[in-house]
Amino acid sequence: MPESTIVPRRSFFAAAGKTTLSAGAVLLLAGCGTRQAAMAADPAADVNVLNAALGAEQEAIAAYQVGAESGLLTQPVLDLAVQFQGHHKEHADLLAKTVRDFGGQPVEPLPRYDFPTEQLTSEADVLRFAAGLEKGAVSAYLGAVPLFHERELAKAAASILGDEAMHWAVLRQALGENPVPVAFVS
Amino acid sequence: MILLLSASLAAAAQPAAAPGGDAVRGAAIYERCQACHSLERNRTGPKHCGLIGRRAGGVAGFSYSPALEHSGIVWSTESLDRFLTAPLAAVPGTRMGYAGVKDPQERADLIAFLAAAGPCDN
Repeated sequence: MPESTIVPRRSFFAAAGKTTLSAGAVLLLAGCGTRQAAMAADPAADVNVLNAALGAEQEAIAAYQVGAESGLLTQPVLDLAVQFQGHHKEHADLLAKTVRDFGGQPVEPLPRYDFPTEQLTSEADVLRFAAGLEKGAVSAYLGAVPLFHERELAKAAASILGDEAMHWAVLRQALGENPVPVAFVS
Repeated sequence: MILLLSASLAAAAQPAAAPGGDAVRGAAIYERCQACHSLERNRTGPKHCGLIGRRAGGVAGFSYSPALEHSGIVWSTESLDRFLTAPLAAVPGTRMGYAGVKDPQERADLIAFLAAAGPCDN
């Protein structure tokens, strides 16, 4: 990584906190609402994809809770984790609402998540675990976008993808890794 | 002529034959799956240890879609290649809302990684 692009961790986190978009706001901008839902060509298929995304968001919320309560995160990383968890809650709330708008039943969070907590013994472990989930989320949304019959849903999913990618980059930065290692995500 | 055309169309509908896979490259491809899956643990998707030779829908205690549970699929290199190409086309109604891994080499690498993972510890 070129030296000129290296940002001190504390100032990087402060900047990230100010510039990270509200997922709810971008989804509203995407026009993801009841009127569009009624226009969907195959609402059952779209509900299926939405529920897959909702399940992953619910798990991410639980994972950040584990991280926040681990006692391993120091400031400003802890605040950032709580902020990212808040984004996932916004994603989940809107996905659940959209499933209902499409006449579907939103999936419920699992009663228990089997996280590898025995492997989380340091702040870096927690960050690496979260980064892996965020990277997976980017790929999951990338794999969901082409499946939506309703184009506004694809647009909304792409906006969530962008948010997850920002999370992934910030977590990599916190780990001292190149925050944007590739030109394309997959 | 019509028979030849039909045969060509049928062949086009099948996934391309996967070349030999590389499990090391497959480990990097598998990172895409980790929003929902892991090798050792059931998450929003089922665990992948012991996948080869297992009946689809066969992880005890995991709640599958009826479509996958009744698909009759047994996971092999060939069935995984078909499923991973386009999961919703291979098993309509599966809850795996993912477009698929379109590159034959990437699928082969991913399958090699899954095969190398071996059986589950528990």
